[in-house]
Amino acid sequence: MLGRVARSTEVYLVGVLLVLSVVLFLLNPKFATLENIFDVLRNNSFLGIVALGELVVLISGGIDVSFTAIATVAQYVMGVLITRYAVESVFLAFLIPIPIGIALGAFNAFLVNRTRVHPVIITISNLNVFYGLLMVISKGKWIYGFPAPFRDFARLKVLTLVSEKGVDYGLSIFTVVWFLIAVVTWLILQYLPIGRKVYALGGNSEAARRAGFDIFRIQLFVYCYIGFLSGLAGFVHAELNQMIQPNAIVGRELDVLAAAILGGASVFGGAGSPLGVVLGVLFIAFVKNGLILMKASAYWHQVIMGFIIVLAATLSAYQQNLERKRRKGV
Amino acid sequence: MPEKLPVIRLAHITKRYGGVVALRDVEFSVLLGEVHGLVGENGSGKSTLVKIATGVVQPEEGEIFIEGQKISRLTPYLAFKRGIHVVHQDLSLFPNLSVAENIFAHEYIERNRSFVVWQDMERRALEVLGRLGVELDPREIVGRLSFADQQLVAICRAIASSAKLIILDEPTSSLTFREVQRLFGFIRELKAQGIAFVFISHRLDEVLEISDVVTVLRDGVNIGTFPKGELTKARLSFLMTGREITTESLVADLPEAREILRVERLTRRGEYADVSFTLHQGEILGLIGPRGSGRTEVALTIFGLRPPDSGKIFLEGKEVVFRSNRDAIRHGIGYVPENRLLQGLVLDQPVADNITVTILGELVSRFGFLHPSRKIAVAERAIRDFGIKAPAADAPVRSLSGGNQQKVVLSRWILTAPKILILDTPTHGVDVAAKESIYEMALGLARERGISILFISDEEHEVLKVCHRILVMREGRIVREYRPSEVTEEALRQEIVG
Amino acid sequence: MKRPRGRRETQSLVLAAVVVFLLVLLGVLTRGRLLAPDSLQSIAFQLPLLGILTLAQMTPMLTGGIDLSIIATANLCGVVAAIAMTRGNVPPLGAMVFGLAMALSFGVFKGLLIAWVSVPAIIATLGFMIFIRGVSLVLTKGYVIAGFPGSFLFLGNGTLFGIPMPFVVFFLCAVFLFVLLARTRFGTYVYLLGSNPVATLFAGVNNGLVLFVTYLLSSFLAGVAGLVMIARFNAAQADYGEYYLLLTVLACVLGGVDPAGGFGRIPGVVVSVAVLQVVATGFNLLGLSSHLASALWGLILLGVIAINRMIGGVET
Repeated sequence: MLGRVARSTEVYLVGVLLVLSVVLFLLNPKFATLENIFDVLRNNSFLGIVALGELVVLISGGIDVSFTAIATVAQYVMGVLITRYAVESVFLAFLIPIPIGIALGAFNAFLVNRTRVHPVIITISNLNVFYGLLMVISKGKWIYGFPAPFRDFARLKVLTLVSEKGVDYGLSIFTVVWFLIAVVTWLILQYLPIGRKVYALGGNSEAARRAGFDIFRIQLFVYCYIGFLSGLAGFVHAELNQMIQPNAIVGRELDVLAAAILGGASVFGGAGSPLGVVLGVLFIAFVKNGLILMKASAYWHQVIMGFIIVLAATLSAYQQNLERKRRKGV
Repeated sequence: MPEKLPVIRLAHITKRYGGVVALRDVEFSVLLGEVHGLVGENGSGKSTLVKIATGVVQPEEGEIFIEGQKISRLTPYLAFKRGIHVVHQDLSLFPNLSVAENIFAHEYIERNRSFVVWQDMERRALEVLGRLGVELDPREIVGRLSFADQQLVAICRAIASSAKLIILDEPTSSLTFREVQRLFGFIRELKAQGIAFVFISHRLDEVLEISDVVTVLRDGVNIGTFPKGELTKARLSFLMTGREITTESLVADLPEAREILRVERLTRRGEYADVSFTLHQGEILGLIGPRGSGRTEVALTIFGLRPPDSGKIFLEGKEVVFRSNRDAIRHGIGYVPENRLLQGLVLDQPVADNITVTILGELVSRFGFLHPSRKIAVAERAIRDFGIKAPAADAPVRSLSGGNQQKVVLSRWILTAPKILILDTPTHGVDVAAKESIYEMALGLARERGISILFISDEEHEVLKVCHRILVMREGRIVREYRPSEVTEEALRQEIVG
Repeated sequence: MKRPRGRRETQSLVLAAVVVFLLVLLGVLTRGRLLAPDSLQSIAFQLPLLGILTLAQMTPMLTGGIDLSIIATANLCGVVAAIAMTRGNVPPLGAMVFGLAMALSFGVFKGLLIAWVSVPAIIATLGFMIFIRGVSLVLTKGYVIAGFPGSFLFLGNGTLFGIPMPFVVFFLCAVFLFVLLARTRFGTYVYLLGSNPVATLFAGVNNGLVLFVTYLLSSFLAGVAGLVMIARFNAAQADYGEYYLLLTVLACVLGGVDPAGGFGRIPGVVVSVAVLQVVATGFNLLGLSSHLASALWGLILLGVIAINRMIGGVET
């Protein structure tokens, strides 16, 4: 299979993850219980899903920091509709955030393509626009009291076990959704022409243009893909929390970026894999979980997270420096 | 025998960029199965012609016919679909993708809905590679390959997409003699299958060897299309430049002068090995060899940008070790880079800044202040002294022609009063008049200011004209040393290709 | 030797037209309150904060980078100085030195990573933003630190010959940066590097040093902004003013700074800061919520970019 560079990153990550797990287990044996692991996986499925979308954007050479706002808007509209119209069908509700996410993503793509300004600036602006307008219209009101089917859906598990205390636990359906999307993303990136074009665009945008690739189409795909996943993740988030707090998601853009970069995605584009991103998310998730289990104060979370991001970025830059020295042409 | 149909015909093409006429009423046709050489100095309109033929730019006047059919507006995609392909000098490859994927990247446009079958792609890639006799792993990431191998991948890509016409833009500058011959063999084979080629090169011998006919462009005008039999190299040069080129040496023999630079057994794995030579004061030493022979790599080492794995450098008898090019500059070494646009100039910034960047330290006042007017004053003096044609000292350097841009880079180093100046293919992309001007500048620097020059080139006539001594590099080693009087252009070329 | 009017000059003219339009619109909507003495007074006190932060953002953007950690750095500097003054009983001058020293220390690490390890500025400063915010949170435990000595508060609320102190500080910073960018070697290097770092490397410019100093500068100026801020509010907290970040980028871009690097001058940026502050005060007078304001800022930035592109035509 291709991507020997990526493979080395993933192997390295698996190793780091194992070491981390051992360390955390030693610090607090509760970490390694299946119950805890399933819990961590469940709680991070939101992050995991969006991170996959961010990966695709990063591979294409772009970046998107507006996805938190997109997820918020998408989930909020869904929340309003299901509570106001007492929608009972989870499936129907699930369908609402998706087109919203895609539409907002398309807006991003359109601006990125037409203005040729760096996507960071475009998406920061859109983050403010989407989120600001939502807050104005919604007045920051929380939405809760979902119809019963939603509560039941959130409890769905694949594989149920009973703990010593008699509490059910198991692999949450959301985790399954996350991993499913990871597989789908992998299939798209590996086996579909559009996925390969995403890599190509990130590798050499000028060559892509000359080769006749429809650059706008590719950008439309990547930004709509993360839009789609943001909408979906918005649904997941609403389900996990059984309520919608408009200011809950915005602000976590960096966690996702960190996970993607840890997982081997390059800010410059052209590299990264879904497996790597999943491992990256797991790494961050385990660290956070470890901090919680160790009862570290919430403030230290930020410090550690920031430190990890800086570390991840440094290692990534280091690796790229070595790659650049190995390359001889093009 | 039916008359051969032109694959492409450009008729009465005129193209203007602002006030400059890049092409004037140009007629250009390539027949099926023909190898058509295209020669011309830089600035003659070759690249514009290629851009028009591939739909990248539109002409103001004229028409384009592909296989007899008039095309009202040619786009890159349309050109591609009709079989017009170009292998650029920068190759346009995807460095993060594999060899196989690069070869078949175009299929992602046509076969948008089907799945990528990796084994199939890799097998077919092996086939294409096999036809070229190249042994490359189709799964290898292209960015890791050497430039020569990457170029081969680019050529395979054109071949793999059923091209009817493949335009090769300076294809051989990085290939060894053997690889060039292999490429020619393959061109001939494809030609027999009815594929046409446009072969653009400065290497007139190669052009004459492989082409059936040659078109000469000069100053945007098609001077004529000539069958191979009617041409000699001398005649071609004459047609291209409008002047007889003399390869008579312009330099007198140098009396024994003191040693300025000596390198001993410089080695850098994968780039050059066991390089030793001496440079004397006021001497112009030529270093000639194809790209990839190590000539630029040695220069970068002397300039402090790429430390050698082993070997020593002596400046005026004292050993020196450079940790960066700033060290080298402080010791009096200057370097005019190979890639003027990327490595030499800051295109969007003013001429004055580009000229004075190396000596800003000398222009500051007592408290470390630097007033822009000082930069402009120095720049204006340099513009006068070196004959640079610029609209203003604060105009962006992008607005200058290639030759004048090169003079800007040269003047920035001359202002540092260097002991050694390394000129890396200084006349690439420079029109004829400016070339002569640069030769004169170099000679003047050596003669009047005693600056020693390492003149890197890949054109034989140039080094024979301007250098006191010539070193030939091949595959990372110095293989021979000549005095211009001892060797003919022909013999020199033979030595270079090996 | 006069150059023909270029694309950039045309962009400036159109931007000026947009600005005038915005100001007139707001003046009308607020029924002239915008130009009332207390509004102007408030603008004069608030503008410097945005101004100094924008100056902090300017040099990184000139090099083609960006510093997302300036707000966090400003807050940290303020928090450290505040703690020194309140719990440490350190005199204001010493406290300010402590604060700036903290800001610069982080700036050193930032600069090292961006300049010599070549970590992309976006990611490095993103990471530092979180990290620094975390440090501030640990130091403050989420509380607001207040109650500074009167001599210190002068910095934020006093006047010098009738001019508000914050404004004086802003003016000094602007002059300082102007001299640095337009009258020193460093300034020339910054613009050249922002345009083509490969060429500057070959020309013997110490790219690493230029970038390093750039991020030291942004950290220092952010620290200064932090001190002015806490002096003005008589309070320090870990996460004040995060929405300012977009505004600093907007102010730079509006002021003629090219996000890709190589272009932008102090006068333009100062004017755009003034304009933005007036618009912000206008929003305030109209009673717009901060969320609506940030949405509008986003739209304005997009609008400015769109106009620039329409005029620009073919991009370089």
